[in-house]
Amino acid sequence: MTTAAIETQANYLNAGYGLKSWLLTKDHKRIAILYLILVTIFFSIGGIFAALIRVELLTPQGDLVSSETYNKLFTMHGIAMIFFFLIPAIPATLGNFVLPMMIGARDLAFPRINLLSWYLLVVGGGFALFAMLAGGVDTGWTFYTPYSTTYSNTWVIATALGIFVSGFSSILTGLNFIVTIHRMRAPGMTWFRMPLFVWAHYATSVIQVLGTPVVAVTIVLVFCERVFHIGIFDPALGGDPVLFQHMFWFYSHPAVYIMVLPAMGVVSEIISTFSRKPIFGYHFVAYSSMAIAVLGFLVWGHHLFVSTQSVYAGLVFSFLSYFVAVPSAVKVFNWTATLYKGSISFATPMLYAFGFIGLFTIGGLTGLFVASLGFDVHVTDTYFVVAHFHYVMVGGTIMAFLGGLHFWWPKITGRMYPENWAKLSAAIIFVGFNLTFFPQFILGYLGMPRRYHVYPEEFQVLHVLSTAGASILAFGYLFPMIYFMWSLWYGERAPANPWGATGLEWTVPSPPPIHNFDEVPVVTHEAYDYSTVVKEGVEVV
Amino acid sequence: MSEHVDSVKTYTAVWLILLALTGVTTGVAYIDLGAFSVVIALLIAAVKMLLVALFFMHMRHSAKLTQVAAAGAFLWLFVMMAFTFADVWTRGLVGTQGR
Repeated sequence: MTTAAIETQANYLNAGYGLKSWLLTKDHKRIAILYLILVTIFFSIGGIFAALIRVELLTPQGDLVSSETYNKLFTMHGIAMIFFFLIPAIPATLGNFVLPMMIGARDLAFPRINLLSWYLLVVGGGFALFAMLAGGVDTGWTFYTPYSTTYSNTWVIATALGIFVSGFSSILTGLNFIVTIHRMRAPGMTWFRMPLFVWAHYATSVIQVLGTPVVAVTIVLVFCERVFHIGIFDPALGGDPVLFQHMFWFYSHPAVYIMVLPAMGVVSEIISTFSRKPIFGYHFVAYSSMAIAVLGFLVWGHHLFVSTQSVYAGLVFSFLSYFVAVPSAVKVFNWTATLYKGSISFATPMLYAFGFIGLFTIGGLTGLFVASLGFDVHVTDTYFVVAHFHYVMVGGTIMAFLGGLHFWWPKITGRMYPENWAKLSAAIIFVGFNLTFFPQFILGYLGMPRRYHVYPEEFQVLHVLSTAGASILAFGYLFPMIYFMWSLWYGERAPANPWGATGLEWTVPSPPPIHNFDEVPVVTHEAYDYSTVVKEGVEVV
Repeated sequence: MSEHVDSVKTYTAVWLILLALTGVTTGVAYIDLGAFSVVIALLIAAVKMLLVALFFMHMRHSAKLTQVAAAGAFLWLFVMMAFTFADVWTRGLVGTQGR
């Protein structure tokens, strides 16, 4: 295919150039781009809050910001990152873009609802942003009662409303994916021929649809108590504050799997492509996604071990929490087994996938530490927990998000990114991440509590290391933003299938035509069948 | 997709029953039944919810898959309540209360 031919080819990017053609689009690919812009903005906002937190923690004194401001900083960091970046990041951007193409569909089942989902996230994000600019909120991203309902004098309702509205964005995206996967698969695309990315998104969607309404209800109850003083959570009004924690974590623990399951889907695609082998134990990996979605709903009480939850319930939740490690481990072992005797190439997406496996494994294993009743009492509300969930969410989800973004960037934009810069960034991020968060395991184990900005002097060395790591990490994140933008104008033009990957999205030109497929594809082979693929274009060493 | 499958008469009847049950809920609120006040209110709410699901949401005539999806929502609700009560009802049963 010549360059001229690519330039003149009609695709979703040159289908219209006006602002209206983007803001009123029903094309899942354009909506994915809209999401990408939105989540990048919130990632940057959350990143600025993180930077301020780390600079404050350079010294044992609270000398940069006041205690009240510090409370707001970590709250707004958590809210921006979790509700407006991590939850929509992979499903709404990469999922939106490639999922319909992977199953041979021309769009999602409900294109208008897909656009509505984006607008809901804009409105929800707008409320949260307003709250941040108007003075912020200081409850922690968990909104624990009765502080959030009775005592906090900050913008609780505006922020909660933002999360409430954005929750519907998440529900509608999940619903759209479920219906699309059930109803719009191309002829021959049976359930067990679907790429594992699709299975992971199916499992994620089930959680989004079943879990998110509960957090919406919880937010409404917080509103009722804060505004109308109806006693639900406040003991002074006859309520039970632990009830809030039950309801909040019924959603918010599975929400961790909303963040990490799509990441696992991305890693399955990358590991297979750059090993040129089908995923070892495809069925087990597919089923393990569903197992995580179901078991993930039965473990929320491990967040309540020291919240006056009964010891009996604590034992049950602890036991079930160990259970959820099994399907996660199945995935890690199967990815590793896929590598065995594979024809491995170390392209940038693969570096991120390797990063994911290592960091997620550490995050997951330390999850078992904190799922254990005795140990958890020691490290509850310490930096050990902070380190643990950042290994899962940053080491897991963001590594996979960046891996996936590099993997599908040629498909999305029709341009290649600069490989050497990308490899350098991946290495910087890996080093920066570990330097930021590994010292926090030690800090937490030694007793440094989370959410404090004044601390004993003996913790300073570890805090300085962590802040140094965060600085490196920030550069690591800035580089891709710069070279991705650069590649839009100067990047080499991408062929249809630069990686020699399987999957229907790679059978169409880059960037894809408006309706993805000129003819509905007929699927005749299993997923990851490399005998059917002809590699073109870029060689990666 | 299936069109509406019940007659206007049926829908009207269901609507009237829903209105009547709303009246009953309000009426019962004025009678002191002790702890049973909540039980009765929730029972009436459950009946109303079932009527809406079965008739207005066409669950009676839906495909098996749709019914399974709806049943899934109830199962999840049950899980949430069962595990929450597993805590509430056993506080102090093992170990020290409040710990």
